[in-house]
Amino acid sequence: MKVSMTVNGRLVEGDVEGRTLLSGFLRDQLSLTGTHVGCDTAQCGACVVHVDGVAVKSCNMLALEADGAEVGTIEGQAHADGSLSVIQQAFQDHHGLQCGFCTPGMVMSAAALLKDNPRPTEAEVRKYLEGNLCRCTGYHNIVKAIMAASGQDVSHIAAE
Amino acid sequence: MRLGALPPDPRDIYSQMKGGSAPFGKEDEMYSFDFEKPSSIADAVAALGAEDAQALGGGQTLIPTLKQRLAAPSVLVSLSGIAEMRGVCVEDDGALVIGGATPHAIVAAEAAGSYPALAALAGQIGDPAVRNRGTIGGSVANNDPAACYPAGVLGSGATIVTNTRQVAADDFFEGMFATVLEEGEIITSVRFPVPQAASYQKFLQPASRFALVGVYVARFADGVRVAVTGASEDGVFRWTEAEAALNKEFRPDALTGLSINPANMIADLHGSKAYRAHLVSVMTKRAVMASL
Repeated sequence: MKVSMTVNGRLVEGDVEGRTLLSGFLRDQLSLTGTHVGCDTAQCGACVVHVDGVAVKSCNMLALEADGAEVGTIEGQAHADGSLSVIQQAFQDHHGLQCGFCTPGMVMSAAALLKDNPRPTEAEVRKYLEGNLCRCTGYHNIVKAIMAASGQDVSHIAAE
Repeated sequence: MRLGALPPDPRDIYSQMKGGSAPFGKEDEMYSFDFEKPSSIADAVAALGAEDAQALGGGQTLIPTLKQRLAAPSVLVSLSGIAEMRGVCVEDDGALVIGGATPHAIVAAEAAGSYPALAALAGQIGDPAVRNRGTIGGSVANNDPAACYPAGVLGSGATIVTNTRQVAADDFFEGMFATVLEEGEIITSVRFPVPQAASYQKFLQPASRFALVGVYVARFADGVRVAVTGASEDGVFRWTEAEAALNKEFRPDALTGLSINPANMIADLHGSKAYRAHLVSVMTKRAVMASL
């Protein structure tokens, strides 16, 4: 079946099966492999993308359900000149990643959070990340990076 | 069910959704199916008339179920494109009506003023990304024995409105993953009378994000309702002994000495029957406390 959507501002079309997942369409047909498939059971959040402005787990949504939608992926986060977004730069500055597998989902969730809640508390950040699992960092520096990206002073949060 | 597919065993679905192992190997390969996305209830009902057709709400349970090959629909009929099934409104009599295809995140935000306890329940389902897709109609139709919404619906004495009829919550739920819904019947909305006070207390199972035990207490002018999810092998149920005690005196102490028979409780690696029975009492007391 034909599907078309706008991905990172670009109109794309494809031919998919009913059972094709959004994550599969992005990765296999559009070669946007920044969207990671971790657990494939909608628990880990590595596959989080934005659909019509809200965060969704793309491994748990059919590609055809996104027909006509505005989709945002990690590849669309950096600025046009290739420089990192504020959130991406904060992850680098505050060592918010180790292996990096969860990072695309973390960044996309963080972007969704900060759109609705530009200055979250540390507790709100941790609460919002309940659906994003990281097995390396212990979350501390991820939370710190998101707090920093929101323009808040994180100097009182000790480096770990 | 088509050849090659096993009929789904509710216990397999339960165990899979709560973090159990897959009964089949290839978890990323769903059986093939067609897909339709009608824009009206009438068109959805027509599409669901096809043999082995299955309605698709937000898919947050159905898609994992399909990945595990526990279901093999011929066609999925998405309900997400039906505008008349989305949204939250308050009727003239004060009842809160939620469209069947309304995602949890919308309920959490838009019902916060009119029915805060129900909005809080919606805001505790899954995680933010799940709440942006999962719908009230999907949750209620699926009747997962550990889902949050069935407790809110039964605890509120809500009315389930379908394309053919209206069903009182007391008559709707029929045990684990079972309801009175007929083949092809769609939950178009759920209508909640708003109580004087209410609270949902969820003891989270943090891996699945379902309730290990969840209790919804609602106090109306004509009586108290107590609905329990996550605990019973028979799915959501009303704890009538607690209701009677709370009708006499609406205080946590009124529940002292009351206990649930553990015989019918769910037992899994996350909690024994006795543990769940104990949690029912504790969470009910907390819900009463929070409603005072």
